[in-house]
Amino acid sequence: MALETRPDADTAPRRGAGDRATDLDAAPVAIEVRGLEKVFRIPAQRISRLKERLVRPLARQEYRRLHALRDVSFDVRSGEFFGIVGRNGSGKSSLLKVMASIYRADAGSVRMAGSVAPFIELGVGFDPELSARDNVVLNAVMMGMTPSEARRRLGAVIEFAELEEFVDLKLKNYSSGMLVRLAFAVMVQADTDILLIDEVLAVGDAAFQQKCADVFQGMRKEGKTIVLVTHDMTAVEKYCHRAMLLSDGRVVEIGDPGQVARRYLRLNFERHHEQAGQPSGDDSAPVRVLDIWLEGRDGQRRTSFEQDESIRICAELEALRGVPGAQFGFVVATADDIAVHEFVGQLSDSPGGGDMEAGRKASITVDLQNRLAPGRYYIHFGVTRDRNRKDVVLHLPHLLGFLVYGDQVSTAVVGTDYEMQISPEPGEEG
Amino acid sequence: MSAIEPELRPVSGPSALAGGTRRFWDLTWLIAVNKFRVTYLGTVLGYLWSLLRPLLLFGVLLFVFTQIIKLGKHVQDYPVLLLIDVMLFNFFQEATQSALTSVVQEEGVVRKTQFPRLAIPLASVLAGTFNLGVSLVAVFVFILGFGVGPYWTWLLLPALLAPLLTFTCAVAAILSALYVRFRDMAVIWSVLSQALFYATPVLYTVDIVPQQFRWVILLNPLTPIFIQVRHWIIDPSAPGAIDAAGGALHLVPAATLFVVICILAVWVFNREAPRMAEEL
Repeated sequence: MALETRPDADTAPRRGAGDRATDLDAAPVAIEVRGLEKVFRIPAQRISRLKERLVRPLARQEYRRLHALRDVSFDVRSGEFFGIVGRNGSGKSSLLKVMASIYRADAGSVRMAGSVAPFIELGVGFDPELSARDNVVLNAVMMGMTPSEARRRLGAVIEFAELEEFVDLKLKNYSSGMLVRLAFAVMVQADTDILLIDEVLAVGDAAFQQKCADVFQGMRKEGKTIVLVTHDMTAVEKYCHRAMLLSDGRVVEIGDPGQVARRYLRLNFERHHEQAGQPSGDDSAPVRVLDIWLEGRDGQRRTSFEQDESIRICAELEALRGVPGAQFGFVVATADDIAVHEFVGQLSDSPGGGDMEAGRKASITVDLQNRLAPGRYYIHFGVTRDRNRKDVVLHLPHLLGFLVYGDQVSTAVVGTDYEMQISPEPGEEG
Repeated sequence: MSAIEPELRPVSGPSALAGGTRRFWDLTWLIAVNKFRVTYLGTVLGYLWSLLRPLLLFGVLLFVFTQIIKLGKHVQDYPVLLLIDVMLFNFFQEATQSALTSVVQEEGVVRKTQFPRLAIPLASVLAGTFNLGVSLVAVFVFILGFGVGPYWTWLLLPALLAPLLTFTCAVAAILSALYVRFRDMAVIWSVLSQALFYATPVLYTVDIVPQQFRWVILLNPLTPIFIQVRHWIIDPSAPGAIDAAGGALHLVPAATLFVVICILAVWVFNREAPRMAEEL
């Protein structure tokens, strides 16, 4: 499903599921969150030893208070695919954990209709010493099934994961791809009314990817209530009926996924200005990103690419005010935020060496010879002026996420062409 | 909408038993069975290994306390008494030791799934109980081979194991909850449990303890259990717990402490359970 590229297209009918969206307004509420508060007390100096407690019993433990959720209220209707987006640290994962009964709320209430299964990470609780059979049963019981029910469903799980021959193999002998497939299959078979999912969507090889996409669409159609936490805007627009944007633990916006996604991009930009200490009054963006996406060789928008498959990064921009000497840069970074690639360029037809006048639109494409190892990556985007790489006017971290899949596992993030020769030394054999 | 539509119910948040008691027991049982299977079926020698440790300890103690310090001279059937005592205490020590770190080790499920926290230390104790069951089969073979019994009082073994198990669970729950916050509990407990070993009539019988220290030994909730083990399993002519203590009144402190520790366990674990995911 294509992204909507223009903000003024909001009123246009959205995707084929549009009729579904109107049904949803009449559906009963499946999740009701009211006035949720969560404060983490982070010890300034962690006293983790009883000894220290005993030595200084009266020493006041000093805490830094981190207000993770502030008065968060929203409803999710039965059968809705609901996205929660926000930057790292915006409170979205904490919210999911409170909803999943992993964290305790400090105030407010969460009410749910029906059974719930959280998926914070794939394969949590897998024991490498046990066979797939035992692990699947254990995991299913963790998700609320009875052991006999879990055993009954074992066949379906293993079949979905395509691991029929390995059902009695210990997990420690599984490849990482097999593990991911098994974990995902367990999740898919969870027969709960409500699923709480934290960025586990994109896993496995090409065929499995397709299967997962089918499953998510299937769950949508089946009318399961799904809450998805992510900062992959493409996924939000692709799957979600509605989305919610969190910032600093507060609800900024709830509504149309496309609109929320754009608000998210704008919010990222504003934050940058605050951090950079820009003079007030200049808090609107001189450059606006209208759209950004990735394409495969086939020209289709995608978020996952096979190893060694070339990637095209595309973006459309509009200058709201003139930016002299504008330079545009993309950074490809790993999930751990290690920059792998940087691409910098300027407008090609501008005589003044890249001045971008107000009102001007531009499109950028970068063709990347993809030598990335399998894994999740993010794209940061930035604009600088005066041909000075330090004079940043726009910085949008984690603008897009994408996945590289394949089975050539490597310890290095990037591969390169090389020739290696290993020839035996003529030894002095006796 | 439709009649089958489930109604909204409040989400209770994390706790010791979150997700219903049925699921709690299912999980405890499954984890324990899996742990047990990993130790036993993992290696052919698995069973022997787990039996070997207490047996070696038994061998050393037997040598020391019959050949060097003639502690067992006046105790009838001292070797088999020592054997069953060592097995029982070994269960207590290993179960509490493994429960201590269990919650921290299972960090993944605590932080990333909705999981009844208490199932984790209890599964450690339950797996230890399976081990004990298997060991006791060997122990009773030894006892019979030694020419002791069988006595009808052997049927009362569950009545001895029940309080031992309860006490072990209580201690395990307290330790596992505290270890999340205070990592030096591991060191403290290794010393404390060693001290408890000597404060429990494992090596000796209560009657040889000097009168002025006897109250200390009798304060230990494990003591009456071990006295009764001797009376019911090894030597019916030996005094039972009440006689050995010198009247039921003298068992009140141990019984009180037993109850206090059980209540403390429930209180501590319930207090810590909701915060465990954040503390880890």
